[in-house]
Amino acid sequence: MKTIVENATCTFCGCLCDDIFVEVEDNRIVRVRRVCANGRGVFIDYDPRPRRPIVAGREVEWEEAVSEAARILVQADSPLIYGLSSSASEAQMKAVELADLIGAIIDTTSSVCHGPTSLAVQAVGEVSCSLGEVRQRADFLVFWGCNPAASHLRHFERYSLRPKGRYIPNGRMDRHMVVVDVRPTASAKMADHFIQISPGGDFEVLATLRALIQGKEIEPKSVSGVPLIQLQELVQRMKACHFGVFFMGMGLTMSGAREYNVRELFTLVTELNQYTRFFVIPMRGHGNVAGADQVLTWQSGYPFAVSFARGYPQYSPGEFSAVDGLVREEVDAALILASDPMAHFPRAAGYQLKRIPTIVIDPMMNLTAESARVFFPTGSYGVDAVGTCYRMDNVPIRLRKVIDSRRPTDEAILGQIIEAIKRC
Amino acid sequence: MKWRNSLAENFILITGRTVKQAAGLHKGKESEEYRRATELVEMNSDDMARLGIGEGQVIRLRSSAGQVEMPAHSGTVPSKMIFIPLGPGANSLIGPETEGTGMPSFKGLTVEIEPI
Repeated sequence: MKTIVENATCTFCGCLCDDIFVEVEDNRIVRVRRVCANGRGVFIDYDPRPRRPIVAGREVEWEEAVSEAARILVQADSPLIYGLSSSASEAQMKAVELADLIGAIIDTTSSVCHGPTSLAVQAVGEVSCSLGEVRQRADFLVFWGCNPAASHLRHFERYSLRPKGRYIPNGRMDRHMVVVDVRPTASAKMADHFIQISPGGDFEVLATLRALIQGKEIEPKSVSGVPLIQLQELVQRMKACHFGVFFMGMGLTMSGAREYNVRELFTLVTELNQYTRFFVIPMRGHGNVAGADQVLTWQSGYPFAVSFARGYPQYSPGEFSAVDGLVREEVDAALILASDPMAHFPRAAGYQLKRIPTIVIDPMMNLTAESARVFFPTGSYGVDAVGTCYRMDNVPIRLRKVIDSRRPTDEAILGQIIEAIKRC
Repeated sequence: MKWRNSLAENFILITGRTVKQAAGLHKGKESEEYRRATELVEMNSDDMARLGIGEGQVIRLRSSAGQVEMPAHSGTVPSKMIFIPLGPGANSLIGPETEGTGMPSFKGLTVEIEPI
C-alpha cells in the first residue's frame, strides 16, 4: 500500500528542512521530493529492517548487549560519552543522565565544529535572530567562512537569499549578498561581492572592519590580502542596510585564532547595532548539534566538554573535550551516540579510541562501530522514530516518523543501560 | 622541523564538506562512493603544472602529524592552497593539538607535497 507523508523533516544539517515530501510503499521509502543531495540519503539509504546488536563481532540478544555496555561503563575509571548531535534531544537528555550517574566526561561534536563559537558567546555575547526573521526582513547577508552551496544546500532557497519576505517583496533582488572566504567557493559565485582573504587573516580583517566602523584611519592599503577600499565599501554597505545578518562557519572556528576570530565577529555585530540592525547565526552542521548545546547547557550549565567525575559538572574545553581526553589517554572507555569520530577525528585520537572498549549507538554501521566492543543498531529520528531537534537558530522542531518503527530508539537503549547500571 | 622534505613544496591545507562526501557517507563509510569522495586533493592547476602533477596522479602529502597518499585533481583553490574533503584521508594530516579549545586545526595547516 502506498502512503504519502508531507512536511517530513530532514535531519542531515542544521537547516532541518521540514517540508519534505515522502512516498512510502510497504513500509519502505520509495520516493523523496524537495530534499537536497546531502539529505537525500537520510531517507533513501536508510535500511529500517531490525538488526540485532553486536558484541565483540557477534550478533547477540539486546539484553546481553545492554549488560555488556553497563559492565564496560561501570568498570571504567574515566568513561567518555561523545557525539549526541545526530540524535534527538530526548536521547541527549538520557546521555546527560547517564554521564551524571557514572561520573563520565560528556562532550558533543560541537567541540570539533562550533565549540570555539560557544567560547566566544560566553566571552562577548551573541546578537542573534531566527531564520524566520532573516527570511522576512534581511536585506544584507554576509557568509563568512562557510559554504552553504556544499554544506547547507537549501539555506539560500528556504531562509536567506531567495525567499520573498514581508519586507523583501522581490526576494533575491532585494538582498545583497557578500561571501568572505579563503577560496572562491560555489557560494562565492552566487554572491554580489566576494572578498578573498589570506588563510589565517580573518582576525585581522575583522579587527580592521571594527576600526573602520568606528571611523578610525587605517594606513595599510591592503589587509590580509584584501584591498582596504573593498573593506571600506563593505562598511558603508553594512551601515546603510536595514537588517543585516552574518552567517559564520568553520572557516573561523577551525583556523588558528579559533574563538578569537568569532569573538571579533560577534563584537563587530554588536557594534553595528549602533547604526542599524545586525545579527549573527552560526551555520550549524549536524541536524541536532544546536540541540546538544541546548540540552547540555540546561542540564549542566555548560554547552560541551563537561565532566561529572567529581559528582557535579565541571567545564573545561581542552581538558574534558573528546580529542584532548583521548590523545592524552585519560579516557579508558567510550560510549559514542550517533556520531563517527573515527571518520572525523585526527588519527591520534582515533587510534586511542580503537584501544579502549567502545560502545556505539547509531542507526548505521560506521568506522567507529566497526571497531567497537558493543554496537546497538537503533532507529533514525525523523524516519522511523519521533523526537525533537533544534534548528541552527535554536528553534525546536518536532520530528514525526514517516515509516513504522522496527528498531529501538537511542533514548530507549540509553534508558536500558541506565537501569542496568543501577542494578549493578 | 624533522618532517620536512627539502625536495617537497609547502601548501596550506583546508578541509571541508563536499556534496559528494555527504552523499557518500549515507552509502556507508566502507563504500566506494565514500572512499572516492574523501580520498582526493584539490589543487590549483598552475601549481599542478609547475610540480609536474597530472590530473588524477597520486601524490604524497606530509604534515607534522603524519602522511598520506591521494590522487590530485585541479580545483578552484588559490595557488599554494589545497583542499581535502572531511574524512579519514584528511585526518591522517591533522595534528591533535587543540590550543585548549577542543578543536584541532582542520584548516590552515601547513603540509608538504611531492609527486610520486
